[in-house]
Amino acid sequence: MNARASLLLSTADDELILGWRDSEWTGIAPTLEEDVAFSSIAQNEIGHARALYELAAQELETDADALAFDRDPGEYRCAPLVELHLLEWAHTIARRYLYEEADRVRIEALMRSDDTELAGLAAKIDREETYHRLHAELWAARLAEEPRFRSAVEELWPYALGVLGPELRGELARRVGL
Amino acid sequence: MVFEIFRQEKKGQPFVHAGSVEAPDAAFADAWAREQYGRRGESEALWLVPRASIHAITEWADEFDLKYRRVDGYSIKERLRIARERAGVTPPVDS
Repeated sequence: MNARASLLLSTADDELILGWRDSEWTGIAPTLEEDVAFSSIAQNEIGHARALYELAAQELETDADALAFDRDPGEYRCAPLVELHLLEWAHTIARRYLYEEADRVRIEALMRSDDTELAGLAAKIDREETYHRLHAELWAARLAEEPRFRSAVEELWPYALGVLGPELRGELARRVGL
Repeated sequence: MVFEIFRQEKKGQPFVHAGSVEAPDAAFADAWAREQYGRRGESEALWLVPRASIHAITEWADEFDLKYRRVDGYSIKERLRIARERAGVTPPVDS
C-alpha cells in the first residue's frame, strides 16, 4: 500500500471510529442540545470518513463500503485515541478538544499538499470542521478550571500525539500548550 | 439562560418563532441553535433572543366598548336595511 492510500485510510478510520464513539452519546448526553450537537458532529465525521474512503478505494481498487466495514479489526489504522470507549463527560470533551486540535493540524497540512484532489477534499472538510472546533473550544473554555477536565486532558495527551505523524506533533504541542 | 429562536424559512419572509434553546451564554446558544434549528439546512436565517430581552404584553385596558375600531364593529347589513326602508327602495336580488 502506498503512502497516499495509507494516509487516506488512517484519516478515514479515525473519522469513522470517532463518529461511532460520538454517536454513543445519543439519548444520554447531559442536555438535549448537547445530544443533538453530538449526533450532528458524529454524522459529519462519518461523512468525512466516507469521502476519504472513496478516494482510498480508487487507490486500492475496491469500494468504500468494503474498506469501511469489511476489513479485519487488525487492518484498521485508526489512532488509539478514537478507539477509547469514554462515556464520562470530562474525558469525552477532553477527547473532542484534543482530536479537533490534532485533526486541524492534519487538515491544514493536507490543504497545503500538492495533491490537488486531496487538498480539495481537505478544504471542504475544513469548512465543516469550523463548527466542531467552535463546539470543542466552547466546552474546553468552560471546563478549563475544572480539575476533572484538566486531568482528563493530561491523561489523553499522549493519545492525541498518536493521531499525527512525528513531523506534525511539535505543532500540536505548540497549539495545545502541553 | 433561555434563548427564544426565530427562523426565517426563505429570504424575505418574516421570522417566525420556532422554539427555544437553554444555554449558559450567547456563544453556546449560537452553537446549539445551529444544530437544533439548522442542521438539516432548513432555515435561511435564525434570530436568537434572550428571553429576558423579550418585553411581553398580555394585558389590555378594556373599560369602554371600542368595537367601533374594528371592521366587525358595525353591522353593515342592518344599517343598509334601515337606509333602504327609509328611502323606499327595494334591495337588489342578491343582497
